[in-house]
Amino acid sequence: MKRAALLLILALAAPAAAQAPTAPPKIELQYSQFTLPNGLHVILHEDHSVPMVTVNMWYHVGSARELPKRTGFAHLFEHLMFMGSGHVKPGEFDEWLEAAGGDNNGSTENDRTNYWINVPANSLELALFLESDRMGYLLDSMTPKTVDLQRDVVKNERRQSVENQPYGEAQVVLGEMLYPEGHPYHWPVIGYMDDLSAASYDDVVAFFKKYYAASNASLVVAGDLDSATSRKMVEKYFSDVKAAPAPGPITIPGVALTSVQKRTIADRVQLPKLFLAWLTPRHFEPGDATLDVVADILAGGKNSRLFKRLVYDMQIAQDVSAFQSSQALSSSFQIVATPRPGHTVAELQNVIDEEIQKLQREAPTAHELERSVNQIESSFYNRMERVGGFGGKADQLNAYYTNTGDPDWFNEDLARYRALSVGDISAAAAQFLPPDKRVELTVEPEKVGAK
Amino acid sequence: MKRSIVAQSFSAAMIVAMALGISVIAQQAPDRSHPPQPGPPAALRLPAIQKQKLSNGLPVWIVELHDVPVAQINLVVFSGTANDPPGKYGVASLAAVMLEQGAGSRSALEIADAIDYLGADLGATTSSDQSAVRLHVPVARLADALPIMADVALRPTFPKDELERQRTQRLTGLLQGRDDPPTISSVAFSRLLYGKGHRYGTPQMGTAETLKTFTSDDLRAFYTSAFRPENAMLLAVGDITADKVLPLLEKNFGAWTSPAPGASEKLPATDEPPARQIYLIDKPGSPQSQIRIGRIGVARSTADFFPIQVMNTILGGSFTSRLNMNLREVHGYSYGASSNFEMRGAAGPFSAAAGVQTDKTAEAVKEFFNELDAILKPVPAEELARAKNYVSLRYPSAFETTGDVSRRLEDALVFHLPDDYFAKYVANIQAVTGADVQRVARKYIHPDHLAVVIVGDLKAIEPGVRALNLGQVKVMTIDDVFGPKP
Repeated sequence: MKRAALLLILALAAPAAAQAPTAPPKIELQYSQFTLPNGLHVILHEDHSVPMVTVNMWYHVGSARELPKRTGFAHLFEHLMFMGSGHVKPGEFDEWLEAAGGDNNGSTENDRTNYWINVPANSLELALFLESDRMGYLLDSMTPKTVDLQRDVVKNERRQSVENQPYGEAQVVLGEMLYPEGHPYHWPVIGYMDDLSAASYDDVVAFFKKYYAASNASLVVAGDLDSATSRKMVEKYFSDVKAAPAPGPITIPGVALTSVQKRTIADRVQLPKLFLAWLTPRHFEPGDATLDVVADILAGGKNSRLFKRLVYDMQIAQDVSAFQSSQALSSSFQIVATPRPGHTVAELQNVIDEEIQKLQREAPTAHELERSVNQIESSFYNRMERVGGFGGKADQLNAYYTNTGDPDWFNEDLARYRALSVGDISAAAAQFLPPDKRVELTVEPEKVGAK
Repeated sequence: MKRSIVAQSFSAAMIVAMALGISVIAQQAPDRSHPPQPGPPAALRLPAIQKQKLSNGLPVWIVELHDVPVAQINLVVFSGTANDPPGKYGVASLAAVMLEQGAGSRSALEIADAIDYLGADLGATTSSDQSAVRLHVPVARLADALPIMADVALRPTFPKDELERQRTQRLTGLLQGRDDPPTISSVAFSRLLYGKGHRYGTPQMGTAETLKTFTSDDLRAFYTSAFRPENAMLLAVGDITADKVLPLLEKNFGAWTSPAPGASEKLPATDEPPARQIYLIDKPGSPQSQIRIGRIGVARSTADFFPIQVMNTILGGSFTSRLNMNLREVHGYSYGASSNFEMRGAAGPFSAAAGVQTDKTAEAVKEFFNELDAILKPVPAEELARAKNYVSLRYPSAFETTGDVSRRLEDALVFHLPDDYFAKYVANIQAVTGADVQRVARKYIHPDHLAVVIVGDLKAIEPGVRALNLGQVKVMTIDDVFGPKP
């Protein structure tokens, strides 16, 4: 990510509605779409609530495309996208946007890299000029010095978000434990320090040519705009971006855990923390939405089963959370809990296992299911309130387009949750959260230096 | 239902082209020799504020935003942590969180279940100058959620067992704060600036020492003095109309009365800042040092509000700001550096901060001071114009969501901003001159009278920092910041 410290996770696996007291109205979102001759897919959406527009570009490449010994490269490359391009000198990208009242950022995940520019509506043309220039002419201004500088910045991003972050190494280790060596999710998006050191200018050139083609990207322009005028503007600024073939899909054999993988690592922390993780269905596959609800019933809110027992009744945990992390090649389901002083991860794990088994044996109540689905539905409305930035409407249109081919997949997504029965919940818990095929990671306080 | 194409403004041929998924318009390459210039800016369209009152006198401000079927209802109370009595720092914050732990005839679990079932968010929080109970809910479920919100805000029961739960939760949270360098540096910084006797010198939530002493009676005493209709306001923002929402608010909040006005705490005056002091807080093994540099700044009521916004934007308030460009984009010492004037009822802290790699700590501190010195000098016109535009031209986005609008209204209420504050914001920023920026930089920055707090691996950073000869260096432990570890 270019500047914010933490990756905002786009809560795409969300919407739905059970019939609570009064069902809110349906969300409707109008858009138009077209594809340019160079292969760039474009989606336009009008929202005139405030006189701002957003330019949201997704490149369909993430850390999963990285080569051995070059982990972290997709993210390092993201940083280079802000350093100027053929007709934009280093520094001018941000200077021009700020002078126009604009903001911008980008983020990298395993499967995709996204960029957004929010500007006042009268500066849409500037935003399209900059976005198209870095798609068409990035390498014209790239130098080994630029790469070196952002390498240092990214190393500090890693120090800040992983090494100097309490429990920060845990997510890195979890990926290594869940996925076998060679699987593209085995290594962290932020990469390893040695690989960041090794990344070269030549890598930048190769990566740009292979993955930053117009045909491997999708663009959403949304906000206080006129679709016809904006379409002409998009056509103008992206017309000189040359066509190049899109890379083929990643083909990777499915992965499965066959036993319990156990590990303990040390960190400079006061309290231990337990991480349980399973490999689960990819996003939008059967089971994916169900596991969102399983997570809610286990650890969403005070009345969820694990929170109520561990934190509220027994008071042996400081916190507990559960979530389905949905991704393109494979997902994971995690339960994370921190014991209070005087208690152990083993105590927590016993209770967690009891509650999982119970959910596997007996269906939850209709009330539990509806409570979860109602919350998910509300999050869907809340995500409609903002147009730009991470998780705004433009970002969601691009995410749905990227993942399903349909920008307007809101209602289909919602329908996945509406269709669930209480029996589906226990069946998913039984099928996808086996006690004997999972990762069990414990972070223990370091003995020395953990003052 | 699928709405795939917005066709009104397109020709039939274009619709066919879109259906085929290709573009038919041949394009000449764009002129890339210079960036496109902006068109005329859109006028700032501010949502109208409808000002009403309930029968008990409780004022209600209503803003209609009909884009998304959600509503935001906030009960704002004009007392916050600054009103904590001496010796009871943290009571306002604990009282706020306890509102949801039992209210009316409902238990903590019942409140949470009812709110979650409605797909609503309900939160009770406190900051320096205010407390608030905030509800965000699909508008179709507003009528069902309001009675729960009203119970929480008006009829809290402060159950003893729930108090113990929250006490343990917070004490454990404080323990975990010792792990996190930004938390350590911010707690230490506030204490070093304001001392023990000023409320701003202690975290909002209090200390382990105070947290251990609070009783339900303490919470009730704070609640009774603060939560009174004479000391509160309601905000209603979203897909609502005044004629529909007012009866709902009247039904839930109109009968609220308070027994007696409570005492209000006054903040003591702050001392003149001492000469520059450097505090090193040892966190062995840290790969980064957390640096925070600053002094006591200004109150929200400052007459210099607009020049300070512009000056701080140039110094450390945007991506192209000097601190970020220097520490990140020129030297690569950090993932990002920034500065901030935290404005409250009384003068809050000014600080500049960054996490920097351990082996460049001294170099980074030196660069901080280079920028803090440089901001006292005249600012180039282009940089000034960029900062003013950055702050003012995107101002419309501050009114995009129900949450955005309600936050703007809360600010206006808590800090008594004038009625035309929003309307004049852009003009007031644009009116700031280079001389204004230089004047407020000289008035408020004072590089020779700054506190420097660095949380990092002492043995790696101490020699380099001492060699800078910036001032007296004092070494501290995390225990000095948080008290002895339990």
